[in-house]
Amino acid sequence: MRKTFETEIQQLKDEMLLLGSMVEQQILGSVEALKKRDTDASRRVQETDLQVNARRYAIEEQVMIVIATQQPMAHDLRLLASILEVSGELERMGDYAKGIATVSIRMADQPLLKPLIDIPRMAEKGVDMLHRALTAFTIEDVETARSIPAEDDEVDELYIQIYNELMMFVIQDPKTIERANWLLWVAHNLERLADRVSNICERTVFTATGEMKELEQTKIKR
Amino acid sequence: MKMEISESVFQAAEAGESPAKVEVKNLAVYYGKFRALKDINLTVHENRITAIIGPSGCGKSTLLRSFNRMNDLTPGCSMVGEVRLDGENVLLSSMDVVSVRRRVGMVFQRPNPFPKSIFDNVAYGPRLYGIHHKSDLEAIVENSLKASALWNEVKDKLNQSGLSISGGQQQRLCIARALAVEPEVILMDEPASALDPISTLKIEELMQELKKDYTIVIVTHNMQQAARVSDYTAMMMIDDARAGHLIEFDHTNTIFTRPKDKRTEDYVTGRFG
Repeated sequence: MRKTFETEIQQLKDEMLLLGSMVEQQILGSVEALKKRDTDASRRVQETDLQVNARRYAIEEQVMIVIATQQPMAHDLRLLASILEVSGELERMGDYAKGIATVSIRMADQPLLKPLIDIPRMAEKGVDMLHRALTAFTIEDVETARSIPAEDDEVDELYIQIYNELMMFVIQDPKTIERANWLLWVAHNLERLADRVSNICERTVFTATGEMKELEQTKIKR
Repeated sequence: MKMEISESVFQAAEAGESPAKVEVKNLAVYYGKFRALKDINLTVHENRITAIIGPSGCGKSTLLRSFNRMNDLTPGCSMVGEVRLDGENVLLSSMDVVSVRRRVGMVFQRPNPFPKSIFDNVAYGPRLYGIHHKSDLEAIVENSLKASALWNEVKDKLNQSGLSISGGQQQRLCIARALAVEPEVILMDEPASALDPISTLKIEELMQELKKDYTIVIVTHNMQQAARVSDYTAMMMIDDARAGHLIEFDHTNTIFTRPKDKRTEDYVTGRFG
C-alpha cells in the first residue's frame, strides 16, 4: 500500500544516512588534518561543508514536498518532522568540522602545543556515537537510542581532561594562551557534537513512540 | 580526505522531462454562444500523470472531454483551437473520431459497467474493433484485468455480471475495459470520488503502475489526491464571464509547495474554492 510514499520515505532515509556519513568523514578528516598539520586537507573540509549544506537543504525541501503531496499522519508525520530536525543537527555538526578546519588553518604557522591524543579520541568517540545513533534512527531502535546519550560522559571526561591540561600550559607559560585557546575551541566543538547526537536519539524515540522528552545524560561535575 | 558526492536522488526523480503526448493550443470551447473555456495552452507529457484541479464549474471536465472529442456528444458544443495527439490535431473534422477514442480512453466518475458479464465488459471494445477469436479475446481480457489489478479478485467469476462486484472493483473493471482496446492516453474524470478510501488507494496505486505504459490525465476535486498521484498539475479558474482558463501549470511538487500564482496558493491552501 502507498508504494510511492514508501519509496519517498526510503529515499529520504537514504539521503539522511548519506549526509550523516559525509559529516562523519568531515569530523574525522578535520581532526586528522589538524593532527598532521595538513592545511590543504583542512581547506577541503571547509569546501565540503558547502556540499553538506546543499544536501541538508535538498532533504528539507523534499520533506516539505512529501508533506504537501502525501499528507502524512501519525507515525509518518513524526518521522518526517524528525528527519527535518536530524538533518539540521547533522548540518550543524558539519559546521563544527568546518570550525576545526578553520582552527587548523589559522594555527598553520605555529607548532601544536602538544601532540594530539585526546582530541582525536573525542572525535572518534563522537563519530562512533553519531554512527550508531543514525542507524538506530533509521531502524527506529528505541533501546539503542535511549542508551547512547549516557555515553556522552566519556566525551565530557575527555573534554575536562583536555581543558585541565591546556590550563596547565597557560599557567606555566602565558604566551601559550592563544594556541591553548585554539585547541580548546576544537575540543569544545567535539563536545557539542556529542551533545547533538543525543538530540538525534531523542528524535528516534519520538518517531517510534510519540514521546518527546530529553533523554537523560549522566552529568559529571565540572 | 576525498569524498565522492553522488547526485541527490531527489534531483534524479525530478529530472527527465518526457516528450509531449498531447499539446493543447489556444483551445476555446463553446456551448452555443457561451464560452466555457478560453485560451487553453497545455502540454501533457508522455507516461506521466497530469492532474487538472480547480473550483467547481471551471471547465476541468470540459477540457478533459476535448482530448477525445467527447464534447462532440453534447448538443451545441463547438471547439476552436488545437488538441494535438502526437502532433495530429484531433479536433479536425477529417479526424476519425472512433480512432481518436480508441487511442484516448476514458474512465468516468461513477463506475459504469455494462449489464453484461465481467468477461463481456472487457471484451466489448476489442469485439467492436473486429477481434472475435475466443483465445485472442481471453488473452486480452486476462491481460487487461491483470493490468487493472483486478484479475486475482475476479478470475473465477468472469461470467458473473459486471454489476455484481463492489464499487471499487467495478471502477477497476471500467479501467480494464478502457485498457482492452490498447489506448495510449487514459482520461480519468473523478475516478475515485464515488469510492471508499481503500478502493481509492487501490485506484491511485494502479495509476502509478499504469503510467509506465500509458499517459494519464485526471480531473479531480480532491486536491490531496492530485498531490498524491500526479507528476504535473494544471490549475484552472473561471473569469468574470465564467469562462474557464488555465492559470498555472507546473510540476505537482512545485504547485503544492511554492505555486507562483496567488490564486493557486489560495486554492491549494483551502482559502477559497
